[in-house]
Amino acid sequence: MTSTLEPSRKGSAVVRPGDRIFAGLSTGAGLAILVVLAGVAAFLTIEGIPGITASPDEVKSGKAFLPFVWPLVYGTLLAAVIALLIAVPVAIGVALFISHYSPRRLGQLLGYLVDLLAAVPSVVYGLWGIQFLAPNMAPAYKWLEDNLGFIPFFAGPAASGGRTILTVSIVLAVMILPIMTAICREIFLQTPRLHEEAALALGATRWEMARLAIFPYARSGIVSAAMLGLGRALGETLAVAMVLSVGVGSTVTANLISNDNPNTIAANIALIFPEASGLTVNALIASGLVLFVITFLVNFAARAIVDRRKEFSGAN
Amino acid sequence: MNRKNLRIAAPAAMLALALGLSACGAGNEDSEGASPASGETVSGTLNGAGATSQEAAIAAWKKGFQTANPDVTVNYDPSGSGGGREQFIAGGVTFAGSDSYLDDDEVAAAAEKCGSDIVQVPVYVSPIAVIYNLDGVDELNLSANTIGQIFEGKITKWNDAAIVADNPDADLPDSDITPVHRSDDSGTTKNFTDYLDQASEGGWTGGVVETWPVKGGEGANGTSGLVAAVKGGSGSIGYADESQAGELGKVHVKVGEEYTEPTPEAAAKVLDTAAPVEGRAATDLAVDIDRKTTEAGVYPIVLVSYQIACQTYEDAATADLVKAWLTYVAGSEGQEAAASTAGSAALSDAFSEKVLAAIETIKAA
Amino acid sequence: MTTTLSSRNRDSGPVDIHEELYGAQLPSWAAKAVIGAGVLIGLALYLLGVNLVLAALVVFVVSLALPAWSVAVEGRRKATDRLVTVLVTSSFVLAMFPLVSILYTVISNGARVLSAEFFTYSMRNVVGEGGGIYHATIGTLLITGGAAVISIPIGLFAAIYLVEYADGNRLSRWIRFLVDVMTGIPSIVAGLFAYALFVLFFGEGVRLGVGGSVALAVLMIPVVVRSTEEMLKLVPNELREASYALGVPKWRTVAKVVLPTALAGIVTGITLAVARVIGETAPLLIIAGMTDSVNFNLFDGRMATLPVFTYSSVRSPGIPPEFSIDRAWGAALTLLVIVMLLNLVARLVSYFFSPKGER
Repeated sequence: MTSTLEPSRKGSAVVRPGDRIFAGLSTGAGLAILVVLAGVAAFLTIEGIPGITASPDEVKSGKAFLPFVWPLVYGTLLAAVIALLIAVPVAIGVALFISHYSPRRLGQLLGYLVDLLAAVPSVVYGLWGIQFLAPNMAPAYKWLEDNLGFIPFFAGPAASGGRTILTVSIVLAVMILPIMTAICREIFLQTPRLHEEAALALGATRWEMARLAIFPYARSGIVSAAMLGLGRALGETLAVAMVLSVGVGSTVTANLISNDNPNTIAANIALIFPEASGLTVNALIASGLVLFVITFLVNFAARAIVDRRKEFSGAN
Repeated sequence: MNRKNLRIAAPAAMLALALGLSACGAGNEDSEGASPASGETVSGTLNGAGATSQEAAIAAWKKGFQTANPDVTVNYDPSGSGGGREQFIAGGVTFAGSDSYLDDDEVAAAAEKCGSDIVQVPVYVSPIAVIYNLDGVDELNLSANTIGQIFEGKITKWNDAAIVADNPDADLPDSDITPVHRSDDSGTTKNFTDYLDQASEGGWTGGVVETWPVKGGEGANGTSGLVAAVKGGSGSIGYADESQAGELGKVHVKVGEEYTEPTPEAAAKVLDTAAPVEGRAATDLAVDIDRKTTEAGVYPIVLVSYQIACQTYEDAATADLVKAWLTYVAGSEGQEAAASTAGSAALSDAFSEKVLAAIETIKAA
Repeated sequence: MTTTLSSRNRDSGPVDIHEELYGAQLPSWAAKAVIGAGVLIGLALYLLGVNLVLAALVVFVVSLALPAWSVAVEGRRKATDRLVTVLVTSSFVLAMFPLVSILYTVISNGARVLSAEFFTYSMRNVVGEGGGIYHATIGTLLITGGAAVISIPIGLFAAIYLVEYADGNRLSRWIRFLVDVMTGIPSIVAGLFAYALFVLFFGEGVRLGVGGSVALAVLMIPVVVRSTEEMLKLVPNELREASYALGVPKWRTVAKVVLPTALAGIVTGITLAVARVIGETAPLLIIAGMTDSVNFNLFDGRMATLPVFTYSSVRSPGIPPEFSIDRAWGAALTLLVIVMLLNLVARLVSYFFSPKGER
C-alpha cells in the first residue's frame, strides 16, 4: 500500500480538479463512516448508561448489571467461537474446492449456490434448526453423554429436544458459511496465476502450491472473512432466539448438550425487549454496548495478527 | 462506447422496472368494494402497537373493519405488550394492545398524555391450554397443584403417584417429563404463573412472572416455538394458546371436583366471575381474574388482553376512527370474527355491553 | 522434499521410464475406485437403515484409505496432497449437507404456494387462505434499494480512500479498525439506532421505510468496505504504475484502471452485502414496522418486508395455521429468488464490464 510511485505530488504544479474532487469524496466517505459509528456508539452509550448504573430492583432481571451481563457475554462468546471453529476450516475447504479443486464450470455453479444461501432469512435458519437439526442431533447428544460424559462439555443431562448451545453453534456456522466461503473464494481466485504456475513448475503438489502460493497471499482476506463471520455470529438474533433452549437465570456452564444453556446477548435482547419497559430497556441496550465492545476487542486482536504477518503477504 | 451505454442503461433499466412495478397496486387492493356496509363510514389511518397475542385476531378485525370502511388502514405493530404500553403513553400510537392492564402509575401517565381518562377494555380472551406429547395417552387430567409441581421440577416421572391419582385409568409410562417453558417474556407466562400461584396450593412457588423463574426444563421462543418444542420432544409438557395446540394433547384441568377441558366457551365465563380492579375510572374495565374458581364449566387458565385508548382526542376524525374501531372489535361481529380465525373466546353479551358503554364515551376534545 | 527420482529401480530389470520420471504412482483409477467403494458401502449401510450421518462418516473413513495407500506407494508428499484433496472435498460435501437441506426445505415448502395471485395480491383484508406478498416484495425491494443507494457510494469511496489515498496514515488505520467494529453491530442494535435517530426528527412511534434503509445501510457499509478494500488491494501495483507512467491522473487511474480490474470482486462483495441485509428481520421489525397494504413511499408510513412478513406469519398464524405458514415459506422462497436474480445481474455486470484477462 505504501510504496506506490505517486505521479507529480510535488514537482509539476498541475493539480487537477478531478483529483481533488475524487480525493475529497473518498476522504468524505471515510469520515462518514466515522460519523455513523460515532452515532451508534453515542446512542448505545447514552441509552445504556442508566441501565448500567440501575440498581438491581429497578430492572426485571433483578440483578446488578455485571452479574446480569456476564452469563450473556459467556454464552455469546461460546456460541460464536464454536461456530467459528466449525465454519473456518469448512469455509476454507469449500472455497478451495470451488476455486482450485473442482472443474471450473461446476465451481461457478457451486459458488452461485453458496452465494444464494447468504440471503436465506434468519427466520428460516431458525425453523430449520428447530424442525430438522435439533431433533436429528438429539440422539447424538444422548450418545455423547453416555460415552464421553466424563468430558465436562458433554456432561449432560442430554437435551431430549436437542436445542442446545452446540446446535445453535452449528446453525450459526451454517449461517456464516456462505459469506465466509464467498470472500475466501474470491481471494483464492485472485491469487496471481504466475505464482501458482511457478509453484507447480517447481514440482510442488497441489497442496504445496496452495500452501506456498495461495495462503500467504490470501491470509489477510481469510482473516477478514473470519471477522465478518464472527461479527454475524456474535450479533445473530432471531435464529438463536428460536433455536436455543435458554437456561433460567445466570447459567455459566461448559456443558454443551443440556437444556440449561447460557443465552447470547443479541438473542436476549430479542427475547426480553418486546415486553420490557423503563430501565430494563436501558440495561438491554447496555448489553448491546457490551457486545459492541467485545467486537471491538476481537477485531483489535485480529488486526494485530494480520499486521504482524503483513510482511509475508503477497498483496501489494 | 458500447460499454458506457450499457453502464448508463443498466441503472436506467432498473429504475424503469421499479417505476413499472410502482405503477400498479396490489391485485386485491384496487378492486375494493366501493359500497360500504353501513351508511356511515370513517376514514384515515389508525396505528396501534402492543401484544403479540392479539396479532391473529387483529388480522381478522382489520379485514372486517377495512371492508366496512374502505378508506381506513389499520396498522398494528406486534411489538409486545410492554412496548405497546410505552408507545401509547409516549403518544407514538393511537391505541395499544396489552396482555396486562396498565398499573396505577401508567394510568396516571397515560391520562396526562391523553388529557382525559383512558378507555381500557378487555377484547381478547384466549384459553391457555396445558399441552403435552406422550405416546399412548390421549386424555390427561391434572390438578393445579400437580401442574405446579411438574413445572417446578418436583414431579419428574409420568407415572408419579400424583399424576396417577388424577388419572386412574390411564396407562402412564415410567419416563421423564420434560417441561417446556417460554424463553421470551410473555403475557402467556404471566397468566399461566398467575394461575399456578393462585390455585396450586403450594405446588408452585415461582410467583407471578413474565420471565420464567425455574431452572431445568426446556425453553422455547414464542407460542409457535413452544408448540414445536413440545411436538419435537417426547414426554414433554408445555403451555400455549389453545388455538395453536393443533393435534397435541390438552390437559383437562381440575376445577372444583371436575376436570375442565380448555374451550373458548369455558374461558369466556372467566370474565363474568372476575373482579374489577379498584380505584379505576368508569371507562377502565381492568379486571383481576379469579383463578381459584370452583364453579363447574369455567376454565381458569386464560389470557385476557386489553385494548387501550384515550377517552378524548384532539381532532374529531381520530376520535371517530378509534371509536368505530373499538366498537367493531368489542361488538358481536368482531368477537365472532376473532373467535373463528384466532380461536379466542367471544365476550359474553353482558360483558360486551359494559365494554361498548365505555367505548361510547370516546369523543373529540 | 526428498526426490523420488531414486536409485530404487536401477538394478532391477528393465527400467520403467514413466516411473523413473514421476516416481511410483498409484494407478489412475485408484482415486475413483476408493471413493466409489466408500460411496457404495455408505449407500448400502444407509439403505440397511443406518443413520445418514453415520453412513456419511463411513464414506469419509473409507476415503482415507486413499492417502494411506498413497503413503505406501507414492511417499509422504503425494500422500499429504491426496489427504488434503480428500479433506477439501469432504469439507465441501459436509457443507453441502445443511445448505442443500435448507434449500430443499425452502423450495419444497415454498413452491406449493407460488401463483400469480400470490405475487400480485397484498394481505389487505385477507384472513386465512389466499392473499399474497406483493406489498412485502415492494417493501423489500425499496428498502434494500434505499440501503444500497446509501451504503454503496460510502462504502466504495471509503475503500478507495483506504487503499489509494490514505497511505496508511492514522485516520485510515482508525477507519479500518472501526469498519471492523461495525461488522459486529448486532442487527437489532442497528434497528434501535435507526429508530432513535428518526425519533429525533419525527417523534415517538415513527415507522418509516427509509428508517429501515438506514438501519440496513449501517449493516451493509462494513461489508462493502471490507470486501472492496480486499479486492482493491489485490490489484497489482504494476497496473497503477503503468498508468501513472502514461501520465494518467490519479483519479482517472483509480476510476479507469483500478476499479475495472477489481470490478468482479467488488460486485460480488456488494451482492453479498445486499444478500446479507435483505434477509434481516429484527431491525425492520423495529423501524419499518408491518402493514398489510402496499406502500410505495419510503418516506411515509410503515412498509412490509419479506423477512418481517415471514416472521410474523410464522409467529401468529391464526387458525388454521397452514395457510399462514405456507405463505411464510413462499415469502422465504421469493426472497431467495430475488437474491438469485441479483446474483445473476452481478455476474452479468462483471462479465460485461471486467477487462478481459487471463481469467
